[in-house]
Amino acid sequence: MKDCEIKREGDALVAMVGCEIDHHTARVIREMIDGKLADQGIACLRLDFSAVTFMDSSGIGLIIGRAAKAEKNGTVVEVTGLKGSLRRLVRMSGIEKIPNVRIK
Amino acid sequence: MRTIINEMKLRLPAISVNESVCRSVISAFLAELDPTVEELGDVRLAVSEAVTNCIVHAYRDIPSGECGNIYISVRLYNTREVSIEISDNGCGIENVEEAMKPMFTTGDGTERCGMGFLVMESFTDALNVKSKRGKGTTVLMRKFLKSSAEGEK
Repeated sequence: MKDCEIKREGDALVAMVGCEIDHHTARVIREMIDGKLADQGIACLRLDFSAVTFMDSSGIGLIIGRAAKAEKNGTVVEVTGLKGSLRRLVRMSGIEKIPNVRIK
Repeated sequence: MRTIINEMKLRLPAISVNESVCRSVISAFLAELDPTVEELGDVRLAVSEAVTNCIVHAYRDIPSGECGNIYISVRLYNTREVSIEISDNGCGIENVEEAMKPMFTTGDGTERCGMGFLVMESFTDALNVKSKRGKGTTVLMRKFLKSSAEGEK
C-alpha cells in the first residue's frame, strides 16, 4: 500500500493513510491532502487511519492543520480507523472539541 | 542490585528521515527484554517525540546547509528498567517548565500541537528535562517493563 491514497467518494475527499505518521511523513501526507482540499463540492475530509501502525503527535498536528484549512469552506474532518495508542493519543489531545472535527 | 546488561550509543544528523530510524533501532535494541507490544509502542512513541523535538526545534537557528546531531544513549538493566537519554547541542529551551505545559509550542501553531512532552510523560514512567540556552537540551526517560511472566498474563 502507498503512504497515502486520495480519492473522491461523492462529496467526501478520502485520504487513506498507509504509513507510520511522524513529522517526516506528515509533511508528505499534508501536501497530498491540501492539493485536493480546495476542490469543488467537498463537504467532508475523511482521514482513514485503519492501516496506520504508528502515529506520534505529528498526526494530531496533521488533523488540527487540516481542520483549520477545511473550516474556511465549511468542510468537516472525519477521522476513522483509530486503534490502540492512536486512540489514546487522540483522546489525550482533546481535538474532538474542535467544532468541525468528528472522531469515529 | 541493579546492573547494566546492555548499552547503546547513537549519533545521527538531525534530519526528519531519522525519526523512523531511531524508532526502529530502539525496537531492535529492546527485543532482548521481550517487551509487550504495548510497552514497545509506548517507548517508540516517546522516542519519536523527543527526536522530533531535536529536529524541529533544537537547530532552527543554525545556518542553512549545516546540520546538528541527535545523541541517543540507551541502557537496559537486569531489573527490566530501560533508560533512554536523548540530547542535542541546539538552542536550548528558555523556560522548561513552560515548554512542558500541554499545548505549548513555539512552532507553527496550526501544524504542531505542542504535545511532545505530555506524550513523553504519559507513555513512560519518568521524564526529566534539562536545558541550557545556547548549549542544548537533554531528555531522560525511564520505562519499567513488566516481568516476562507478568507480560504473559
